[in-house]
Amino acid sequence: MSSTEATVAAPAPADVSIAAIFTEFLLIGATSFGGVVPYLRGRLVVKRRWLDDRDFVEMLSMSQSLPGLNATNMAVLLGDRLRGGMGSLVAILGICLPGAVLLYAVGTVFREHVEIPWFSAALKGVAAAAVGLVLFTVMQLSKKSLDGRIDLVFIGLTVIAVNHFHLSVLWALLGVGFIAILWHRPRKAKPVTGAVAK
Amino acid sequence: MNQIPALVRVFAYLSLLTVGGGMAAFPELQYLTVDVHQWLTQPQLIHLYSIGQMAPGPNMMMIVPIGDWAAGALGAVVVLVAFFGPTALLTFGVGRLWKRLEAWPWRDAIQRGLAPVSIGLLLAGCFTMAKGAIFGRETAAIAAAVLMILLQYKINPALLIAASAVIGALTLE
Repeated sequence: MSSTEATVAAPAPADVSIAAIFTEFLLIGATSFGGVVPYLRGRLVVKRRWLDDRDFVEMLSMSQSLPGLNATNMAVLLGDRLRGGMGSLVAILGICLPGAVLLYAVGTVFREHVEIPWFSAALKGVAAAAVGLVLFTVMQLSKKSLDGRIDLVFIGLTVIAVNHFHLSVLWALLGVGFIAILWHRPRKAKPVTGAVAK
Repeated sequence: MNQIPALVRVFAYLSLLTVGGGMAAFPELQYLTVDVHQWLTQPQLIHLYSIGQMAPGPNMMMIVPIGDWAAGALGAVVVLVAFFGPTALLTFGVGRLWKRLEAWPWRDAIQRGLAPVSIGLLLAGCFTMAKGAIFGRETAAIAAAVLMILLQYKINPALLIAASAVIGALTLE
């Protein structure tokens, strides 16, 4: 199993224009009903092939470990990877703009809470669908970015830590993450050549 | 009274609490905006929260109307910059640093170790969501149907969400 790392390297992102990054993130910002992460993966990994699942999960790990929303942290990291600082800027602007404008509009119209039964009912439908959507994304990511069965144990431990012991995300990351990192620690067996072939 | 400095302070502070998602900051958001500064009432906050959940994009855009109500359109912009600016810069910096550590042997270990934890966090969030969202047969059927369809067909999930909203409006009232 200790074959070369290079085979799973991401397809080098071709020259992606600033306009293309902005448009893509604007589109995600405008359509990502039920949570952003599934749409980021669907558009950027599956459709555009700007990065692969492994890179996606790496960026997701970083986004979750740092303060800030996953959606905007992912936009910053992906934008930087594709086109540097300018890429980051247009990515975060794009993903925020539609929702911000929408909520601004809603805020100017509805200052008071009005109970609209069909709206709350629709919201319940959306919430239920979002559960299915996130489950799907979890399955796809697990298939493509894990290193064997032991990682399923780490997934399980994380879920138990958060859902059963109600640890905050930060503590789950530190605790389970620490064990998992030790498990995957650099082995001395094969002297790894530092830089992987680009 | 000029609320702008207070908006900057509150939302920059709140942004630092959002490790692992916006909801981590919600209790403090409620305390500071409703109790301390009284920019809005508790029912208004819940109202914004539920609309925010329905909206696309990052799930904390409910802060925009809070800024607007406290200090007008400028308040809305200020809140956005204060909430997203500092964490964006931090992430940008850490991302760059991470790239420069490419030759560090532990970098790969950290990456491999955190991957399952990340996926676990997504799954844990999903279960938490399910606790509130799945009640009775209809909602369970919606969640299961969405999962099955996505596994089977290449389809834009937004369509499934929209369809679920319609089904919800028709059957869950």
